[in-house]
Amino acid sequence: MSYLEIRGVNKRFGGLQALDDVNLSVEAGTIHAIIGPNGAGKSTLLNTFVGKLTPDSGTVTFDGQSLLGIKPHEINQVGVARVFQTPEIFSELSVLDNVIIPCLAKRDGSFKLNGLSLLSRQADIREKAEQMLIDVNMQDKRNMTASSLSRGDKRRLEMAMCLSQDPKLLLLDEPTAGMARADTNNTIDLLAEIQEKRKITKVVIEHDMHVVFSLAQKISVLAQGHVIVEDKPENIKGHPKVKEAYLGGTS
Amino acid sequence: MKHLTKNDRLLFIFFTIMVLAGPIILAPFGAGYPDLLQRFAIFGLFAVGFNILFGMTGYLSFGHAAFLGVGSYSAVWMFKLLTMNVIPALFLSVVISGLFALLIGFVSLRRSGIYFSILTLAFAQMSYNLAYSVLTPITNGETGLQLNLSDPRILDAANTTGSIPSTNLFGLTMNSTAKFELLGLVFQFNVGFYFCALILIAGFYIAMRIARSPFGLMLLAIKTNQTRLNYTGVNTRPYTLAAFVISGMYAGLAGGLMAITDPLAGAERMQWTASGEVVLMTILGGVGTLLGPVLGAGFIKYFENIFSKINDSVLESWFSFLPEGLSDAMVFVLHFFVGKGWHLTLGLLFMLVVIFLPGGLMEGGTRLYNAFRSKDTKSSKDEPKAAE
Repeated sequence: MSYLEIRGVNKRFGGLQALDDVNLSVEAGTIHAIIGPNGAGKSTLLNTFVGKLTPDSGTVTFDGQSLLGIKPHEINQVGVARVFQTPEIFSELSVLDNVIIPCLAKRDGSFKLNGLSLLSRQADIREKAEQMLIDVNMQDKRNMTASSLSRGDKRRLEMAMCLSQDPKLLLLDEPTAGMARADTNNTIDLLAEIQEKRKITKVVIEHDMHVVFSLAQKISVLAQGHVIVEDKPENIKGHPKVKEAYLGGTS
Repeated sequence: MKHLTKNDRLLFIFFTIMVLAGPIILAPFGAGYPDLLQRFAIFGLFAVGFNILFGMTGYLSFGHAAFLGVGSYSAVWMFKLLTMNVIPALFLSVVISGLFALLIGFVSLRRSGIYFSILTLAFAQMSYNLAYSVLTPITNGETGLQLNLSDPRILDAANTTGSIPSTNLFGLTMNSTAKFELLGLVFQFNVGFYFCALILIAGFYIAMRIARSPFGLMLLAIKTNQTRLNYTGVNTRPYTLAAFVISGMYAGLAGGLMAITDPLAGAERMQWTASGEVVLMTILGGVGTLLGPVLGAGFIKYFENIFSKINDSVLESWFSFLPEGLSDAMVFVLHFFVGKGWHLTLGLLFMLVVIFLPGGLMEGGTRLYNAFRSKDTKSSKDEPKAAE
């Protein structure tokens, strides 16, 4: 049975049919990529998984539970973590604190009034956060302010923050958008490494074909709000419908 | 780093000593008398509490004076109805202002940024106007709530002295003062001040613990990136509401202390200027730092005291050495900056600080410290002083 199940999702913005009867199923433990040209509805689709948008019709279930109509923080508590197109981190805080916060959220839930207990005494949280930084090779930057990190490191930190919560499902929204080729390759390596160590189910939204073909086990191609092809990477590359979607009508 | 360290302990010990030695340290500066010292402690507490909301979560409330006023009214009612002992009065101040903050915070925190500020301002002005008009049976309107000989005071023994009793802590009256003269200076040790000082120290300690707790880290995270925090599984609303209520309770406590040192409560305490003052104090001292708000409060109250005392005749005596026309001109110009016009001076000082020291007095202190450090050790790159 598939882990993330999207059935008949529709979303209209005024006159624009952003998502048109989208069906998608993501198998547990795999990397599933969603690709498509600009404006295909990739981000809209992602936003329906995380509580930001409610589709006009259709269902989104994760591990048997509906994700519709609940708030972003509740979705995270279910085990869905999200990496943003531009890294969303706590830029004024230290790198270590950035990882401590998701560890706290994982342990204490969405709210806990523990204003008088000292953070420095909570060895479990600190150890977990430090270990996470070692895992992503950032332990030497632990005391730096997050805003002073390079773009690649910010992305790395954001992934570390998501991974520190041991999510069941990781959503990545264009993880290499706007990156130089070297940074892109680093990110691919990081993702491959994570996949090897922790078999977390991932949904990657991408633009960059290069990233997708080296990572994903399955690819869905989205065009004009509709899934036109869903197949293994090797079958996607030469697919005429994909060529048409990306390059315009074939002559 | 936001974890309690040796530095924090040192800071707390230093703070305690400075506050307790206040009457000695400030006597040479003409600020060693009880009335002013009490104001330092009370407004210091108010600012420390305000900083938990503004400094940590970044939500700028323009209505905190409402809680100050509510705290004062509650305390005076306790004096009227129950007893002149200060403990029940403070207890009621904190509880009522906390409930009031819960109500206002619940509504205001639905918005953030400037809309939040405007909502809090609106609520505070509403409270102020209500206290002036409709709520006169509770607040005694324009006259302000005062003690009366005929008040019931159920727990106190029958009053036979014929005068209004003074506030006390189990018999220790708040306005009793011990005076010592040494080297031509008068040192005054006042019970009311020490009571306020101990509460300030306790309030400072709690603020410090909050800043170093998981809860405090969440508040800082709210200030930095609420989107990320939501997608990290944290519900930000209860955190901001808790911070709002805590800072409201601090304000109520400060209001209660005001009533203790001077048992009357007036609506003007809730006016927006009073809310603005605590914002100035916090920014002037250093937003988000522990010590900053207390410094800012002391700074503003001290200079208010000095500048507002200077009147035209004092100015004339200063410039009497100048030729007639010139001294008149000087007095004419400076007249606007002193006495009742002291807010003009405060405004200028505030502008200077915001432009040249955006981190407030604490940043100034850190810069001085670093300048000295680098001179001493010749090493240019030092860790900034533990100003958090």
